[in-house]
Amino acid sequence: MTTATDHRSMELVRMATTGSVDDGKSTLIGRLLYDSKQIFQDQMDAIEEASRRRGTDYVDLALLTDGLRAEREQGITIDVAYRYFATPKRKFVLADTPGHIQYTRNMVTGASTADIALILVDARHGVLEQTRRHSFLASLLGVPHLVLCVNKMDLVGWDEERYNEIVADFRSFASRLEIHDLRFVPVSALEGDNIVDESARMPWYTGPSVLHLLEDIHIGSDRNLIDCRFPVQYVIRPHLKEYQDYRGYAGTVSGGVFKPGDEVVVLPSGFESRIASIDTYEGEVEAAVPPMAVTMRLADDIDIGRGDMISRPNNRPQVGQDIDAMVCWMTESRALRPGMKLAIKHTTRWAKTVVKDLQYRLDINSLHRDESAESLDLNEIGRISLRTTQPLFFDDYRRNRHTGSFILVDETTNNTVAAGMITGATGS
Amino acid sequence: MAITYDLTHLRALESESIHIIREAAAESERPVLLFSGGKDSALVLHLAVKAFHPARLPFPVMHVDTGHNFPEVIEFRDRVISGIGAELIVASVQEAIDEGHVTEETGPRASRNRLQTDSLVRAIERLGFDAVFGGARRDEEKARAKERVFSFRDEFSQWDPKNQRPELWNIFNARHNRGEHVRVFPISNWTEMDVWQYVMDEEIELPSVYFTHRRKVFLRDGMLMAESAFLSAMDHEEVFEATVRFRTVGDMTCTGAFESTAATLAEVIAEVSATRITERGASRADDRTAEAAMEDRKREGYF
Ligand SMILES: Nc1nc2c(ncn2[C@@H]2O[C@H](COP(=O)(O)OP(=O)(O)O)[C@@H](O)[C@H]2O)c(=O)[nH]1
Repeated sequence: MTTATDHRSMELVRMATTGSVDDGKSTLIGRLLYDSKQIFQDQMDAIEEASRRRGTDYVDLALLTDGLRAEREQGITIDVAYRYFATPKRKFVLADTPGHIQYTRNMVTGASTADIALILVDARHGVLEQTRRHSFLASLLGVPHLVLCVNKMDLVGWDEERYNEIVADFRSFASRLEIHDLRFVPVSALEGDNIVDESARMPWYTGPSVLHLLEDIHIGSDRNLIDCRFPVQYVIRPHLKEYQDYRGYAGTVSGGVFKPGDEVVVLPSGFESRIASIDTYEGEVEAAVPPMAVTMRLADDIDIGRGDMISRPNNRPQVGQDIDAMVCWMTESRALRPGMKLAIKHTTRWAKTVVKDLQYRLDINSLHRDESAESLDLNEIGRISLRTTQPLFFDDYRRNRHTGSFILVDETTNNTVAAGMITGATGS
Repeated sequence: MAITYDLTHLRALESESIHIIREAAAESERPVLLFSGGKDSALVLHLAVKAFHPARLPFPVMHVDTGHNFPEVIEFRDRVISGIGAELIVASVQEAIDEGHVTEETGPRASRNRLQTDSLVRAIERLGFDAVFGGARRDEEKARAKERVFSFRDEFSQWDPKNQRPELWNIFNARHNRGEHVRVFPISNWTEMDVWQYVMDEEIELPSVYFTHRRKVFLRDGMLMAESAFLSAMDHEEVFEATVRFRTVGDMTCTGAFESTAATLAEVIAEVSATRITERGASRADDRTAEAAMEDRKREGYF
């Protein structure tokens, strides 16, 4: 149990979980929550009661992660649900996403912020088309670490060979993807083997349990600490006597390490200045790194507004209005087609944009590129070219998830209709 | 001092919340921060002050006052809000009743909790707020687990769980038409434990009812209810004095106390770590009615 001050060295880790229906994802999450003591007695009573009503002879931990009423009726999870659990070392934010193909957009959403993707397979079925799809999406969204849980090992007699076969199969497929860190764990979510405690029933596996793995994966260096990027979010002008001439640029560091005294350039104006101070409520800080929310003051009085970008003169983002990107289309109300006009939000900057070209639609099961595709429907992924009314200050998504991502918004409904990952300037 | 580039989980959560608050303030015309006097809204207020420091809060603070609040909480509210120099708006449920907009429940179990929604929605309409900050957390309850950080409400303030905008990275979409608004939940990703730890580290002041004190109570539905001008015991319910504290702060008519000697934040945290019941299960009489109660109320515009 945590003591009053243990938390001062805890780290925040974001995860996304997915698996095909019935692979045991809900059971696994229920286990993690239960065994790490995040389940309260009243929640436990409620699921015991519900398990009894359904006539199951064990407490169905999967019910813990059951969501809205409509979903309960259908007996499946259909949206991203966020769960929380903590160990003395880390606090986890878990985006729980359903695995069915219809819900690609949910998985994309959950993976967008994830440090770790946890994917389940059923040991009896092995790597399925859906497993490949989920892994591809995790890699597309740039999730740095992927953990494949081979579940239901109890149903294959805790067999090492079966496990090795699945691992080999997955590795050969994953070599085609950009996954930097790949881990495997044989588990039984139902019986709790290798979830929190290392299992005695699979002595041939000498690695860590899922929870120990999640606690130990190093995530600090996944951040981009090289390219300094600070999108201006809000200009702070107090109009108070003590702060007569105060003018601070508030925002969240999206890359690099900023320090007072650093030479900076402001885009789009191109004016150069120096950082006078980096302020927080507690006072000035010596350095600002992602994802700190801070306020910068510059040595010179230059005109800066929301949507501008502060960076370094010798390491600037790309600046341009013609951008290539992978997009996931997220609405069924209409399809994406060349010529379509939308609003785009990139960092803190809004612009209008027109879809110039749909280069291809990607079959996310076979990774086949269909260059004859004319549109993208709900849950489809493709590569497009955009032209924006304003220049954007961006990096490739592979280099920086913050300055490489954007959303597209339908101006008639104000709905978010696409997630975009920049692959570069058009024609580059 | 050595510079460490690693943030603790509380610093990471704090940064995320500040980012959300600034984003909502930048993208709306008339934001407002809802303040109940509870620890979660005290936290949101504290984070909002940080987000715009050294400037004043660029939006007012609104309290939906049922008229059945703990006096300690009202005193706390007035002191804290004038302390930061913010504007306080009080949306009064009593006025709504007096003006005949709503009818009050009667009987010994009457509660004004439901009437709050009406006063809130009416104040949002009348004052034209288009971004409303709230202190809800996703760990509180199942229906909240899927709530967005920027949660869109139509012109009737209704929430449609089936038609939520996808929310990716830290790019938030606050767009709405005139008459519609977004509810913004900056502490969505905080757990009850995170809140307590942060409140302790930051020395955020809370109403005294969160800490141990002597009070006249009676047992109802497994909870200790405070006897007050707004709620009295029924004949078979025996009133006695006990050493208690509250885990959440709401209406005196439906917020349960429990026996505790926790006098400091460290003691409260030790108690929360050992407790086996959720906050809501422990202290919200109204939430225990039906499993899907929260979802229904959220659809109607409740926070
Ligand atoms: N034998 C066995 N059954 C499991 C295991 N994990 C899950 N199950 C069962 O598989 C079924 C589907 O599990 P659930 O967690 O609901 O799957 P989800 O659809 O992926 O969330 C349920 O009947 C579970 O009890 C396991 O490790 N071993």
